[in-house]
Amino acid sequence: MTAKDWIVPLAILAAAVVLAPLPLVAGSYWMALLVNVLMYAVLATAWALFSGPTHYVSLATAAFFGLGAYTMAFLGEKLPLALVYPVAALIGAVIATIVGLSTLRLSGVYFVIFTFGLAELVRQVVTWAEAKYGGTVGRFVFIDVTQQGIYWMLLGMLVLVLLTGFLVQRSRLGWALKAIGEDETVARHAGIDTTVSKVAVFVISATFMTVVGAIMAPRWTYIDPSIAFNPIISFQVLIMALLGGAARLYGPILGVVPLAILFEILQANFPNSFSILLGLAFLVIVYFVPSGIVGLIDQGRDVLGRAGRRRAHPAE
Amino acid sequence: MFLVDVILSGLILGGIYALIAMGLSLQYGVARIMNLAYGEFTIAASFLAYVMFTVAGVSPILALAVAMPASFALNWAIYRVLMTPLVKRAKSPGALEVDSILATFGLLFVVQGILLMIFGGSYVSYSYLAVPVQIIGSTVALNRLLAAGLAVAIALALTLFLMRTRIGTAIRAVSVNPAAAPLVGIDTTAYAAFAFGLGGALVAASGVLVSMFFTFNAAMGVVFTMKALIVVIMGGVGNIFGALIAGLILGLAESLTAAFLDGGLTLAVNFALFLAILLIRPTGLFGKAAR
Repeated sequence: MTAKDWIVPLAILAAAVVLAPLPLVAGSYWMALLVNVLMYAVLATAWALFSGPTHYVSLATAAFFGLGAYTMAFLGEKLPLALVYPVAALIGAVIATIVGLSTLRLSGVYFVIFTFGLAELVRQVVTWAEAKYGGTVGRFVFIDVTQQGIYWMLLGMLVLVLLTGFLVQRSRLGWALKAIGEDETVARHAGIDTTVSKVAVFVISATFMTVVGAIMAPRWTYIDPSIAFNPIISFQVLIMALLGGAARLYGPILGVVPLAILFEILQANFPNSFSILLGLAFLVIVYFVPSGIVGLIDQGRDVLGRAGRRRAHPAE
Repeated sequence: MFLVDVILSGLILGGIYALIAMGLSLQYGVARIMNLAYGEFTIAASFLAYVMFTVAGVSPILALAVAMPASFALNWAIYRVLMTPLVKRAKSPGALEVDSILATFGLLFVVQGILLMIFGGSYVSYSYLAVPVQIIGSTVALNRLLAAGLAVAIALALTLFLMRTRIGTAIRAVSVNPAAAPLVGIDTTAYAAFAFGLGGALVAASGVLVSMFFTFNAAMGVVFTMKALIVVIMGGVGNIFGALIAGLILGLAESLTAAFLDGGLTLAVNFALFLAILLIRPTGLFGKAAR
């Protein structure tokens, strides 16, 4: 790596260092908001890791997130806490490998529906199993993790997912994914092992989502399948990543910050019409910002660049 | 006669599933819009029938006459206003699919939110033709039987319409090859909008019929969307007859699960069946090789 290559990782670390002391000054309302923003930042970045370059729209975020939350709920009091997170990551990775390998034949709309169905299937099975063997549908999570602790862990995950994304983008794997996104058949003919590439990145992405679920579970103290596997999580992650723009590493974060704050305000002030406003926000983004904030920035840069060149060569 | 009970109730359920799915099959097969807000429109029609019955005492059969044209107009307008820009901007069929999924997702929340605001989250139902009828020694509610019968009748009428009339032929042409249809003088956009509206009329019909015997609430739309998707993909996209068979299979699978496995597992079996079909035969039971 040359000196220039170190800029991105160093910038990520510097930003994390600046953000790390926030819990020491922020009140509990702001902490709740910050935790929310960070949670969606990790989820949306992880989502874009796979779905950004390949254009495979996944709605399975809630499935992995819920898996992580339930791992914490089941094992949180039986295992040392530090061990639960790696176990959750492992479970997420194993399930993601199975799902990834079995969905390879699907593309386009079938993949979207499959991932949506998967999240619903997991939710139904967990609900049934809890009612049958657990006696109740819900479950308490009494694990002593403070709000600050959750914040720092999420911040660490954000750094990790950004660094991972940075490394993936620079690697042969990153190029392979881009080629798959452009044209999968061509990519295969060019000698790319599309199976391995897709599954590898799908697993990385899903593992992050699972760990985020495990980190977030103690915050709720009570979880049930409709909270942990809430499809709204998948939708919000998708719409945030879309607003920001999934083509760049930092894109999803640009979408997460305004939307997480907007949803917070909407939910606090208009709880009854939240779903309508969420839907309208979704429609506005799909119709008016199809390539995201990142796309707008690029357009702006193009316009400025052209204007600059015109000024430099008035004769043209 | 336990088995007869199970099979009969499965077939009746299946006929209704088929009806729910036919509209989606038209919307996706002809207009190429994967409408994820589909189930919300089913529920909206159910609520319309509920209000008409409880407030004005109008029979659900008459409610059909209001709900179907209204839903046709609404869905036609949705295609014209919301979907046409997406069709125009799409560079490939894949891009249109993703865009339409995202847009109808937004629509899903809007419609669901409106229903939640008006009716709240509570379950409602009303009693219409809830009379027992004897068939081969097994007891069935008349309203269910009527709904299933109407479902089969609508499926047959629709198949005849698509196969025997000029408009139906044009719709099938657009479904088979939207790029070539204009070459023989078919206005693709107009027919796609018509098919989308027709799908809307069918979804309203299914919503009204389902409301006769089903307890529903404003948040249940997604269940219907999933069932419709399962049936459409199982039967083959755009294949009305396939949807009928697939609906019957799904209904049977559900009633058999409830009878021999566990009532709480029917939805899980639904999804498992769906995922299995996606994986093994993504083009459906009667589908041709991948497009």
